[in-house]
Formats: sequence, C-alpha cells, structure tokens
Amino acid sequence: MKQLYFILFTVLLAHQAFSQDKYLTKEGYVSFFSHSLVEDIIANNNQVLSIIDTKTGEIAIQLLMKSFSFKKALMQEHFNENYVESHKYPKAKFIGEIINFTDLNEQINETEIRGTLSVHGEEKEITTIAIVDIQAEEIIITGEFTVEVADFKIKIPSIVINNIAKTIKISFELHHKPYIK
Amino acid sequence: MKKILLLIFIAGLNFSLYSQELEDILDQEAPDYTTITTGTFNGTRIMNGHSVETRKKGILEFVISHRFGRINTGIYELFGLDNSNIRFGFEYAIIDDLTIALGRSSFEKTYDSYLKYRLLKQKTGAEDFPISLTLFGSATVKTLRDYEPEDEPPFIDRLTYTTQILLARKFSPDFSLQIMPTYIHFNTVPTTEDPNDLFAIGIGARIKISKRISINGEYYYTINPFTSVTTYNSIALGVDIETGGHIFQLIFTNSRSMLEKGFIAETTGNFFEGDIHFGFNISRAFQVKKPKEKNKLY
Repeated sequence: MKQLYFILFTVLLAHQAFSQDKYLTKEGYVSFFSHSLVEDIIANNNQVLSIIDTKTGEIAIQLLMKSFSFKKALMQEHFNENYVESHKYPKAKFIGEIINFTDLNEQINETEIRGTLSVHGEEKEITTIAIVDIQAEEIIITGEFTVEVADFKIKIPSIVINNIAKTIKISFELHHKPYIK
Repeated sequence: MKKILLLIFIAGLNFSLYSQELEDILDQEAPDYTTITTGTFNGTRIMNGHSVETRKKGILEFVISHRFGRINTGIYELFGLDNSNIRFGFEYAIIDDLTIALGRSSFEKTYDSYLKYRLLKQKTGAEDFPISLTLFGSATVKTLRDYEPEDEPPFIDRLTYTTQILLARKFSPDFSLQIMPTYIHFNTVPTTEDPNDLFAIGIGARIKISKRISINGEYYYTINPFTSVTTYNSIALGVDIETGGHIFQLIFTNSRSMLEKGFIAETTGNFFEGDIHFGFNISRAFQVKKPKEKNKLY
C-alpha cells in the first residue's frame, strides 16, 4: 500500500512539475496575406493564444477569426460572414509539436513544427520550419507557411476570383512567457 | 501489484492526453469575449426603407435607386420601363455608428438629407443583448414648381420630417426581422382635413437563400393616412444580392417614391391590382478613410 501511495504521490508531483514547464502568450501575432494582380489583402490578429509544454515540445495555438483586422471594414465583415463563417466556426486552432524541442539550446534555433491546423471546420496537416528563440524568461517562435484556400472548403465566388489568391501566406510571431497557474 | 500497474497506466494515459491539457489551458485562459452581431441586413436598406445597419467609419456609400412606372401599364409603356424616377445619394459614415447623407430624387425634384445613429447593438457572449436599435431622422424639401409663379410658397412649407426607431434582431444567420415605428410631419398637407402628423409602423424581414443572396420584404401600415386622397400601405418584395462592396436589390413595390415620407404616406398604387413598380437599388461602398489597425474584440 505504501508503494501505491508513493506512486500516487509521484504522479501528482509530476503533474505539479509539468504545469510549471509551460509557456503561454495571450497576445501572439498571426497575419495572413493574399497577393493577386488586382489587390493585396492583409489581415492581422494580435490576440492569439499559444502555449508550449517545454517538457514535450508540444504546442497549442488558438485564435478568434473575428479578431482579424483588415484595412477595409467591409472586407472584414465579408470575411467573417461569407468566407470563414465565424458564427459557425469562431476559432482557428493548431495542435502540434516542435520537433526535438528538448534538445534545443538557449539560443536561436531553426526547427520543424508539425501539427494539425483546423480552420472553418476543416483539418489539415502542416509541417513548417520555424525559428525558436529560447531565452531565460521567454520563448519566441516565428515563421511562416502557406495554405491552400480550397483545403479548408472556403469558397471564393467567381466575381472576386481575381481578387483573392488561391494560396495564402500565414505568418506568426509568438512571445511566450512562463505560465503560472 | 495490479493496482500499481493501473496507476502507471493512468500516469501513461495522462501523458498521451497532454495536448488536450494544453488546449484546456488555452480555453481556460481565453478571455470572455462578446461578439457583436454583424450583418443583420446586407445593406443600409431593407427595400424602400432603412435597415438598422450603418457603415463603418470612413466608408462613403454611393447609392443609386430607380423605380420604374407601373407594370400594369402594359406593353405600350414596356411595363413601366419607359417611365423612371431616380434617386442618388451620398451616404458617409462619420463614425462607425453615425451616418450622414444627402440625396436627390427626380420624383417631385426632392432633396433629402438624413442622420442615422446606431444606438444599440445585438450581442452574444460575455455580454448578451437581444436586439439592435437605430435612430433615423430625415428632412426632405420638394423643389418641383407645381404652383403658379406668383403663388410661390415659402421654403419652409415644402419641408417634411421623418423620425423612425428601427428595432431589429438577427434570429439566425439566415433570418432577420425588423420593426419600424415611424412619425412623419408634413409642413403642408393637401387639404385641411389631412393630418400634418402621420404615424405608421413598418415590419421588414430577410431570409437568406445563399451566402450572398436573400429575399427581403417590407410592409408599412399607416395608422392615420391622408383622407383627401386614396393612399395604400406600402409593400415591397425583392431580392438582395451582395457581391463584396456592391449591393444590388431588385424590388417590386406599389410605392413610387424612395423617401420615407413618400412611400409611407403618399403611396397611391394598389399592389393587389397590379400597380406595381419594378425598381432597384445599387450601392457601392468606398473606403475613403482608412480605419485604425487594431480593433480589440476583448
């Protein structure tokens, strides 16, 4: 029985320890960019939530589609109403892993991030190279990747087909701070 | 020993659930946010009359509307198309919730100006609110010379004022309903028996049939109509097509005028006897002033 308690205790302790090895941000930055001959569209989101588990290198990111801001107010409304249908799918999420995170040094590293991106109710596996900058009190992750609009079943009406790119570039910059419960 | 194995198993299970735990932390840490319901209607008009919508700050909307003659005038008039009247207007959003506009209608050579202020917004989330409320006030001046040159009436006699409270709720992404209590004041009326102050109540709705197309309808009931002329309640039915920056509305209505005082108080067509005018509204929005980069939602 003693053994049992010991294990139980260890497991609980492990949990304790893990929860202190998490780094979080609530003000991460994600933007997307669409280039076409007619116009360039850029939208920024400064309210991205992201968390890293430094023991496992796992990362989870989520953001509200409605907090993307555009240069044209109507474009923002149409983006939410007609394209990504924010009333049905309010959030975009990324669940993944920073490869070899535990081997990274306290400096700027280039490493792969792999995971699942879900937008508009559709999931897509993403693999990208990102810069992971590990500092004493901060973990900064920056990078960019591209996605196909069609992969997320976002329909572009034929009347604006020349205004919106089929491939969208997504950039991110996430400054994580130690997470205290 | 079995128990120990079980515990180890549980511990192992916990490891595999870790990303779920990360997600849970994010859900926990996500601040409570309030979502303002947008797109109750596509445009600033339901059909003839206004919707609760106002444009975002810095948007100038150019609106061109036509109402043709009556369909029941037959082939000789090409079902009314020979006879058209037009209103064009410039409508500018000074701030997100306040629009100021100037327009000119060919019908009775009327100039109009309105102020529209969105007072309350429907919201969901941390802060819940069930409806949107917009205040609308307009003035019109008739400049048609329908008098003998020596009897020119003073300018003030040719003015009318309209005040409306627009109350709307977006029940679902596809269905919105609006109610419009209306008060209209005429400085001059056709005869002394006619009321200078008219009260009416309108009801309007839209049903979306695809992401960009909806069926809209609007009906105004006038409580104390003019008595010297036979007037009818205004009915309008049509299709609303939104194409990113443009809005097209195709309308069938018994009203000829595109101004509140006209279609609410002075509609002389009987919809059910075929006195129907075909018409359309086209609007084009221009972002003339750039909005600020950051718009905090929470």
